[in-house]
Amino acid sequence: MSDPRLPASYLQPGISSFSDFLAGESPELLPSRRALPQGQAGDLAPHGTTIVAATFPGGVVMAGDRRATMGNIIAQRDIEKVFPADEYSVVGIAGTAGLAVEMVRLFQTELEHYEKIEGTTLSMDGKANRLAALIRANLGMAMQGLSVVPLFAGFDLRQSQGRIFSYDITGGRYEETAFYSVGSGSLFAKGSLKKLYREDLDETQCVTAVIQALYDAADDDSATGGPDMARRIFPVVRVITVEGGRRLSDEEVAEIADRVIAGRMIRPDGPGAPLTGGTTGGQR
Amino acid sequence: MSMPFYVSPEQLMKDRADFARKGIARGRSVVTVQYGDGILFASENPSQALHKVSEIYDRIAFAAVGRYNEFENLRIAGVRLADMRGYAYDRRDVTGRGLANAYAQTLGTIFSSGGEKPYEVELFVAEIGDSAAQDQIFRLTYDGQVADEQGFAVMGGASDVVAGYIKERYVADSTLEDVVRLAVAALGHSADDDRVIDVDHLEVAILDRTRTQPRKFVRLSPARLTGLLGERGPSSPEEAMPEDTQPGPATHVGNPDDPRDPTDQTSGHVPPLEDPVTGEPTSRGGDDGEPPVAPPAPGSGGSPL
Repeated sequence: MSDPRLPASYLQPGISSFSDFLAGESPELLPSRRALPQGQAGDLAPHGTTIVAATFPGGVVMAGDRRATMGNIIAQRDIEKVFPADEYSVVGIAGTAGLAVEMVRLFQTELEHYEKIEGTTLSMDGKANRLAALIRANLGMAMQGLSVVPLFAGFDLRQSQGRIFSYDITGGRYEETAFYSVGSGSLFAKGSLKKLYREDLDETQCVTAVIQALYDAADDDSATGGPDMARRIFPVVRVITVEGGRRLSDEEVAEIADRVIAGRMIRPDGPGAPLTGGTTGGQR
Repeated sequence: MSMPFYVSPEQLMKDRADFARKGIARGRSVVTVQYGDGILFASENPSQALHKVSEIYDRIAFAAVGRYNEFENLRIAGVRLADMRGYAYDRRDVTGRGLANAYAQTLGTIFSSGGEKPYEVELFVAEIGDSAAQDQIFRLTYDGQVADEQGFAVMGGASDVVAGYIKERYVADSTLEDVVRLAVAALGHSADDDRVIDVDHLEVAILDRTRTQPRKFVRLSPARLTGLLGERGPSSPEEAMPEDTQPGPATHVGNPDDPRDPTDQTSGHVPPLEDPVTGEPTSRGGDDGEPPVAPPAPGSGGSPL
């Protein structure tokens, strides 16, 4: 007969990381502990695409398009790829969708677990490093085509500002200034933000800028979904300020997206930036 | 070769229960009260870091009295169990009942196993539902018994005095302001007088149904407490308790010797054993002609082996 009481490992003090505890208790639940047969698996599962993040004074915005692709097939039109990691941070994912969603769940549990056991939240850098460790553990699968590349952003309460971190598949962690994008459409999104972004944007202007960037990414990248006017499917946008994070409601995003699209009806390439430097131009 | 004395199972269990109960009564009380929008927990706790009330999961909270190291271990185990279940299944599959069962099995097995010291703890596991009728408060005692509490409950310290005070004044479905005032007044109440407890010495937390986030547990800061409590007059400090100055309540310090209590380990009138190094009888204690008797070993339930 098995002992009905809590296993000794549960009562053992010292470990405040959930993934470390899971590695000892049920390693099969960790995404990184799965043995994969030889060969490329990248084409077998849907991929998520473009994520954009940008800071503004007093916060940070992250947005993601809603498309998941499998080769030339659109696997899903309304997938969500931007998740709250905890109250003050948000994580967006590009790459193999199934693995990425699982990794986000593990990361969310990891942050909450630490907070409950230690009675305090991890620092912004601590959270970014934990995410790096999860990505690093996935390197074997990434080499077989199942890569996950997240974008992490949050409001650092100690520095009172929004911060953005990007990653590579080896778990390299890089802090970005102002704005960044990951995924297949990221080149176009970054190029767009380069011209639209200013440091003094307010929250609504910053949201408008990232939606413009996603529109530009969808314009040139087949794997990135643009606003779906027929089905009224718009990007997922999350804003984090000193008051915590929130997801913009569909109505709020729809209003901004409709304005962006109305502008594109007149000028399909989007707002133009002034040719000469020095001015803070760029009508929107 | 020495033969163990026969101790009846009834006596053995009673001794272990007395031992655990003594440890629990030594600390301060924890009060939990149901109100319209959730469940409130309150305790007098001068420490800002060592909590008696904590979050376990979205809708589940944990409160404990007794030995800090023992209930802290149980709390961490509960967080791990809840997070593990929520990760493997779904957040909605983590229930207060499942957690209370795991605690009950653990406490019960330790209590009835001969080899271990029983835990000197008492716990509340509380879970809020979508309405006040679905709220649940489980009380778990040191021996693994589970009781389902309704309305309010008190454990630790002079729990009967505090519970009596609340029972006279409790109204179901009241506001947060009312239950905070009631709980804090009850904690300051004793048979002799009513103290006003300083807000910095209060640990108050709620499971708040109206919170929009999935995690419903909130600690009430001293600033918010001051606003909720209103004007109460000058606070009067309480005399220091052993749990403030010692690392966890010591098992037996300063208790008067009671020969009828088999868990009592201060053998006041019994001469101590000879010096272990020199082998000579130590000078402390009067020579009353009785043969030296070893005090019962801790946790052995008073049966000298």
